[in-house]
Amino acid sequence: MLNYVWLIPLLPLLGVLVNVALGRWLSRRIVAFLACLAVVASFLVALLVFFEMLGLPTETEAGGNGRERIIPIFSWIVAGNFQVEARILLDQLSILMALVVTGVSAIIHVYSAEYMKEEAYYARYFIWLNLFVFMMLVLVLGDSFLTMYVGWEGVGLCSYLLIGYWFEKESAAQAGKKAFIVNRVGDFGFALGIMLIFATLGSLSFEDVFPAAKSLLPGTATAIALLLFLGATGKSAQIPLYVWLPDAMEGPTPVSALIHAATMVTAGVYMVARCHAIFEASPLASSVVAWIGAITALYAATIALVQKDLKRVLAYSTISQLGLMFTGVGVGAYAAGMFHLTTHAFFKALLFLCAGSVMHALAGELDIFKMGGLRHKMPYTFATFLVGVFAISGIPFFAGFFSKEEILFSEFVYGNPVLWLLGEITAGLTAFYAFRLLFVVFYGKSRIAKKLEAHIHESPSLMLAPMILLAILAFIGGYIGLPPVWGLGNAIDRFLHPVFADVPLAQEATGRATLEWFIMAASLLAAGLGFLAAYWLYVRKWGMAERMSESAPGLYRLVYDKYRIDELYNTVIVKPLQSLGTALSSTVEKRGIDGAVHGLAWLTDRAGEGVRRLQTGLVRNYALLMFVGIVLLVAYLIIRRVVGF
Amino acid sequence: MEISIAPLNLLAIAPQIVVSVTALVVLLVGLFLPEEHRGRIAWPSLAGVLIAAGLLYYLWDRNDLTLSAMLRTDGYSLFLNLIILIAAALAILFSVDYAGRVRLPRTEYYSLLLLSTTGMMLMTAAVNLITLFLALEMLSIALYVLVGLNRAEQRSGEAAIKYLVLGAFSSGFLLYGMALVYGQVGSMALDDVRVHLLSTGSQSPVLLWLGLGLMLIGFGFKVALVPFHMWTPDVYQGAPTSVTAFMSAGTKVAGFAALGRVTLVAFSGLQNVWIWVLAVLAALTMTIGNLAALRQTNLKRMLAYSSIAHAGYVLVGLTAANRTGLDAVFFYLFIYAFMNTGAFAVLIAAHRLGSSPVAGENLDDLAGLAEHRPWLAAAMALLMFSLTGVPPLAGFLGKLYLFSAAVEAGLIWLAILGVLNSVVSAYYYLRVVVTMYMRDKKGAEVVPAPLCPALQLGIAVAAIATVFWGLWPASILNLVTITTRSFFGG
Repeated sequence: MLNYVWLIPLLPLLGVLVNVALGRWLSRRIVAFLACLAVVASFLVALLVFFEMLGLPTETEAGGNGRERIIPIFSWIVAGNFQVEARILLDQLSILMALVVTGVSAIIHVYSAEYMKEEAYYARYFIWLNLFVFMMLVLVLGDSFLTMYVGWEGVGLCSYLLIGYWFEKESAAQAGKKAFIVNRVGDFGFALGIMLIFATLGSLSFEDVFPAAKSLLPGTATAIALLLFLGATGKSAQIPLYVWLPDAMEGPTPVSALIHAATMVTAGVYMVARCHAIFEASPLASSVVAWIGAITALYAATIALVQKDLKRVLAYSTISQLGLMFTGVGVGAYAAGMFHLTTHAFFKALLFLCAGSVMHALAGELDIFKMGGLRHKMPYTFATFLVGVFAISGIPFFAGFFSKEEILFSEFVYGNPVLWLLGEITAGLTAFYAFRLLFVVFYGKSRIAKKLEAHIHESPSLMLAPMILLAILAFIGGYIGLPPVWGLGNAIDRFLHPVFADVPLAQEATGRATLEWFIMAASLLAAGLGFLAAYWLYVRKWGMAERMSESAPGLYRLVYDKYRIDELYNTVIVKPLQSLGTALSSTVEKRGIDGAVHGLAWLTDRAGEGVRRLQTGLVRNYALLMFVGIVLLVAYLIIRRVVGF
Repeated sequence: MEISIAPLNLLAIAPQIVVSVTALVVLLVGLFLPEEHRGRIAWPSLAGVLIAAGLLYYLWDRNDLTLSAMLRTDGYSLFLNLIILIAAALAILFSVDYAGRVRLPRTEYYSLLLLSTTGMMLMTAAVNLITLFLALEMLSIALYVLVGLNRAEQRSGEAAIKYLVLGAFSSGFLLYGMALVYGQVGSMALDDVRVHLLSTGSQSPVLLWLGLGLMLIGFGFKVALVPFHMWTPDVYQGAPTSVTAFMSAGTKVAGFAALGRVTLVAFSGLQNVWIWVLAVLAALTMTIGNLAALRQTNLKRMLAYSSIAHAGYVLVGLTAANRTGLDAVFFYLFIYAFMNTGAFAVLIAAHRLGSSPVAGENLDDLAGLAEHRPWLAAAMALLMFSLTGVPPLAGFLGKLYLFSAAVEAGLIWLAILGVLNSVVSAYYYLRVVVTMYMRDKKGAEVVPAPLCPALQLGIAVAAIATVFWGLWPASILNLVTITTRSFFGG
């Protein structure tokens, strides 16, 4: 089966091609069926590959990773000294990502079939969604930075198109544009990082680059790692490039669940884990990753506390959780980061799908203070949402508990106590905003507009089934990574260990058991406090939260306005750039070199209008500029020749 | 006394001869055809181009000096001539319907197109300053007329005049530069200049340096390098769109061919001098081209600035002055011919779908194209993605190749600037895609006009090429590497 691993990305691509070619003539039902089939089949192949991989020995005789395979697909570029092969790198890390991506995608595809039923561009939606899955698989399965970059750009493109799916809506179009531009900044860093790798190591394939990473000069390693991480902050919405993700919620909710919560935004975490050899070579870059992650986690969690828009709370929560993953990989606990990535994919996708279900019932309402009391009317949605909230809050025995625990423990042991403390505070805030959502949306009195009241209904089973499936995963998903102190062994750590075998973590910290129990207790305390605060403010003393916000209006507004970072970016970056663009296009373009405004005015916009004289003056201006260039060039040559430098 | 006459190896320049003879035949046939049938002239013109392309294949392994060492038929000229012929063939396909619709005098049109092609093809083969200049003028004069051929449009005439005046201005510098070089070296042959420089090196007289500088300006004008680019937006916008498509690709190939021979062969001894000149020009060209394109809503103008930016990218490869660099330049020019002429062809199609004389030129004209012309929109989207450099399309590979050549040559800052520029350029290319897919056609009615099959074929070829050579570039890259190996004498 290992040799058929190329089927994993190929199947979604087939889905794209079939729907592109035939989508116009097929009924909606068939379009959706084909798209779902492609992803489900891809997931099944991934599963088979995974099981076969489990049967392989973990170590080769030479001591290498016995489960790593490089499967050639085709020779992309073969020209002289410039060779690029398109190959798949199959190892524990890539198969884990492939399973998460195809699995969650399959579930969300099914949900979408029902959720998007009424939409005008149904086939187009599924084409983009399948294309996204394909690109994401290229990203995680590729064996070189070049293929990773192909996927990286591809998922960005799909994300951008899907955010702007409701393009008639101005805000959606704007959000798409914002996501695009912000991500360009990150991609620029990523591309530079790749070029620097090529310039220093002369290759882009992982098997050449990573073993050579140790030999990099510290400065070069730091530069490469930080440039790659700049890419990650764009794609994975970390400070300072996180601003696009909340706006991305303008896209359809299943898209938010799949791309902007479960898969694409975690690409940055995957990338850092994949490139751990480079990050290990630069302790400085690693600690930057850890600190940016920790600060982003805390920062985004505080914003989530006060938002009123259901999906935006979840968006800030995603940013915060991604920050947690980065802290994990930043302190060197790569397996822990990947573990949290996995559980997060389950519970965050679940929370989004539940949000979609609520929106579905309430005709698109997103303000949580116009909801309330839904637990009786939507029992399944409520129950599954409850599981999601437990999982994200770190309630014991739910998935998030185990993965968060492992990261917090690593922060303490391999990072430093301050990082850990930030993590614990974030955990407390997380529990608070998660339970706040639960209580405000599903408990209390109904604050729903009268005319919507009659409309409320539980979602159809095609939407509920995916939610229930994810709820099960969000419950049991954590058992693949039990804390060592429980004595049962951590399956995912063991599974991933060969990939990260070269990471020198102090495996046996002294007094480990005590420490683990202590940290577990602290997290429980944090989660408990968060829960109690939310319960107190939103169930027992309804209205008190509002009074509190009124007592400190300045602070409240500041947080509610997301610390006005968007406005800051607008003033400091966007506005000046716009002025520059206008200046360039109006001054240089329209006015030419001197003030011959009228000469070009018609050429720029109003071509073909009226009769105008031929403007010889313009040509003179052009010639003048040329002449300036000529004089400079000639002067340079003469000076250089005479002075002789 | 013995007079030796070098054998006249006409076979070596058979492709050029075929194209120029076709031009004359077309002109003659046109005289006897009634106006309404002159559209058919496209087919003999196309046949001439294809035969010439076939001859290129026949001549492939040659390395002949001919016409008293004035021209050299080698891999360098053969490969670049292939690109020029592709551009010409595509331009002819795009003109079949368009030239008649905008009432261009078709006999002259096709004839001039072929003459200009001949000029370009001679330029790639020129290894003597005289032939270099003659070829440049041959292609330019035909183009001046072509640009102004749309007599119903005032701006077409204006563009022609501007192009002519500025072109003459730049030719003056070019010629002066050549004269200085001749004055120092005492020979017009590029090889003699090279030999001369090998002995003197950077201690060569200042007049030779000046000659180099002035020649760079002359060729820089043809390929639209900043600051010698000011004519480009006006001329590209004013010229009939099919002419723009042709010249945007063909002239660049010819110009870069000359630049390559002059810098890499004749002035290889002054490499450390011109590298810096070219590096600065490349940096300026990429940056100014992209920034100016950002705010354009007129598509022809936007593509004009975009072509300036692309000239900058190509120049990065030339600046690298190594084999990877020349490989990259060749590959990029090859795919650029498809991408750019294809994009202009979509504008021609959009012109067909509108009703005003400037239909298809404004961004708004493409709104909602995806709804009523899905294949056309898909082709345009591919072309735009490829121009942006989105993987895995050919444009991505081309840029990757160019910039890694710069890295290899130690010009890392130039490569970084190039990447930054492609990041910026994504904004205006993707805006076209967004307009087609994400905006509805407001107000204006949709003209259910059928598109000419030749135009459809041309666009399809261009779009498929960007995908094909993105995924399977090996076929062309192998050709390119063989060519450059012989060029660098390896």
